Amino acid sequence: MKKLLNTLFVTTQGAYLSKEGECAVIKIDKVEKVRLPLHMLDGIICFGQITCSPFLMGHCAANGVTVTFLTEYGKFLCQVQGPTKGNILLRRAQYRQADNYLQSAMLARSFVIGKIGNSRVTLARALRDHPDKIDCEKMHYAQQLLAGCIKKLGNETDQERIRGIEGEAARIYFEVFDQCITSSDPLFCFNGRNRRPPVDRVNCLLSFLYTLVTHDIRSALESCGLDPAAGFLHKDRPGRPSLALDMLEEFRSYIADRMALSLINRGQIHANDFTVSATGAVLMKDDARKTLLTAYQKRKQDEIEHPFIREKMAVGLIWHMQAMLLARYIRGDIDMYPPFVWR
Amino acid sequence: MLVLVTYDVNTETPAGRRRLRRIAKTCQNYGQRVQFSVFECNVDPAQWVKLRAKLMQEMNPAHDSLRFYFLGSNWQNRIEHEGAKEPRDLEGPLIL
Repeated sequence: MKKLLNTLFVTTQGAYLSKEGECAVIKIDKVEKVRLPLHMLDGIICFGQITCSPFLMGHCAANGVTVTFLTEYGKFLCQVQGPTKGNILLRRAQYRQADNYLQSAMLARSFVIGKIGNSRVTLARALRDHPDKIDCEKMHYAQQLLAGCIKKLGNETDQERIRGIEGEAARIYFEVFDQCITSSDPLFCFNGRNRRPPVDRVNCLLSFLYTLVTHDIRSALESCGLDPAAGFLHKDRPGRPSLALDMLEEFRSYIADRMALSLINRGQIHANDFTVSATGAVLMKDDARKTLLTAYQKRKQDEIEHPFIREKMAVGLIWHMQAMLLARYIRGDIDMYPPFVWR
Repeated sequence: MLVLVTYDVNTETPAGRRRLRRIAKTCQNYGQRVQFSVFECNVDPAQWVKLRAKLMQEMNPAHDSLRFYFLGSNWQNRIEHEGAKEPRDLEGPLIL
């Protein structure tokens, strides 16, 4: 069983990361702050003005530690890519399936079913946890509509129609998402998704979390020998990790949305933890970012039982498991890719 | 699992000082220095075999002593720390 490794987040501006032996050394103002053996890490995420020595990047690439650079506010900049490795046969099989209209439709359908299933569960939880604070009728109705969407997907083999149903489900879900926020602060109201840049606080949280999860899924896919750029639901586009985005669909609601909700509802993040720039873009302050990263790292250590293989594992390993199942499906070892849906 | 590695290396000769440096370096590659010659190494069994082999190669059994304490995977409640130089929890959130 794979061990859940830690992720290093560097948020101090001007920090310098270098390699010494098998360790990553983090220096701030030329003073050594931490020395971390790389075998305990699975990723390094640098926010903003962080410098990283090429030798560290090379060593990380060779040892499967993903190095990602984001802006201070969590916008993706780049990821360090080492020499291509992994199994060419698996990758070729993946490309063949991605080129095959029917087979990609099948996989796309699995991802979308996972996505809708998990969004439904998120709504169900809100209904169960605080029925007094929400519009139950509207929520029930939305849940039914989502169940209808899953049914409609049943035997759909047309990619465009699958994307259509996905869009419809996302619209239904985000229309009632506001209801799940129990914080009375009017600044935490949610009126649909917006991004690049997000113009309200909830969207700001969501976008940031999606970036983090994408990073993790991408490294999981890569460590299973899959090419994160060849997707089934998302079309190919240079520089876009389409397969990672495909798999992200399953996890959006389960990890990111729920985490944003609990941070807001438990009052761990406040409305004044954000700054609004002149253009209307909403940015998170340093402390809020730390709260969120801590919560995210904690969340990944929680243990749940994987619904398909019935084995206990840390939440942070679920996407590794999904990537492994996907690889097995592509190789032809299992008949269907089981999407991850959690109650 | 967490292994505590401690050593006493005889540094009377240049060769001894060299062994000391090299043993310290090897430990550093696998763990965290908690005191001058005490390292906490969080390794899986395979990594432990490697680390142990490297240490055995570097040491001189006639002059040096190495001690390994196995604290298992539930080491959190087996360690107490008092005073300065609180080590960092490498398994907790690492945000700098």
